[in-house]
Amino acid sequence: MLGLQALFFYIFAFVTIGSALMVVFLRNPVHSVLFLILAFVSGAGLFLLAGAEFLALILIVVYVGAVAILFLFVVMMLDIDIAQVRGRMLEYAPIGALVGLVLLAEIIIAVTGNYYDPGTPLVTSQPIPPLETVSNIQALGSVLYTRYVFFFQVSGMILLVAMIGAIVLTLRHREGIKRQSVSEQVSHTGKNSIEVRKVESGKGI
Amino acid sequence: MEIGLGHYLTVGAVLFVIGVFGIFLNRKNIIIILMSVELILLAVNVNFVAFSAFLNDLVGQVFALFVLTVAAAEAAIGLAILVVFFRNRGSIAVDDVNSMKG
Repeated sequence: MLGLQALFFYIFAFVTIGSALMVVFLRNPVHSVLFLILAFVSGAGLFLLAGAEFLALILIVVYVGAVAILFLFVVMMLDIDIAQVRGRMLEYAPIGALVGLVLLAEIIIAVTGNYYDPGTPLVTSQPIPPLETVSNIQALGSVLYTRYVFFFQVSGMILLVAMIGAIVLTLRHREGIKRQSVSEQVSHTGKNSIEVRKVESGKGI
Repeated sequence: MEIGLGHYLTVGAVLFVIGVFGIFLNRKNIIIILMSVELILLAVNVNFVAFSAFLNDLVGQVFALFVLTVAAAEAAIGLAILVVFFRNRGSIAVDDVNSMKG
């Protein structure tokens, strides 16, 4: 059983890392978005293996269902010249590799160093209940809607602000388009819609 | 073979470094930079979930949920700004963002 878990962990981990590399290196943004979707799906597999079932499914719903489609929509809507965009791609590769290596070294030093004493007693504020009695989504909800309800509301406000901001940013009024004006239509009466003129004979208006 | 906390942290670290590297590599294309930011946030979430599972504490998953929310909002706003920028300039190259001469 443990072997199966390790097998699936390595499958998901390598697919995640490989597709993340493809996201960064591919020349076509559409392919990058598709590999981003693959990275998130296999990341959700990693979450499932760690026991965070609700978070894994939410990751698929939010990222694959919403964010990746948004990316795909924008990539296809904007007419991007790929050759011009990716032409000088390798110009920044050395400094990027340098920063990446420094960052990786820092992380390795921080993780493998002895800054954390495993003997210290753990302070667990919300212990995970056993899965046989309480499911993951139930446990998460009973914590999220009680102790963290304020943060839950704040994240809702953040989403509202993001929605309104995106609408305000992308809304534009184009000139020369015929639109329905309700107040103008309603205020129309017989008096201001007909004009009576005396036409003299032999002349036009 | 037992899968421990270190395995998850390694995956998270590698994802994080790939994301940072992608930001440097794709200096010309804001869309790929936004995708790299999403990768970095995924790495953060992997770390949160791993610590949550191995320290037996639910708060890590709650925080990962909030990170997910903020990431979605950030992607929406970033892409909206990108669309407006493309409408005004006709390109999405980072080098063209220089009207403030910063």
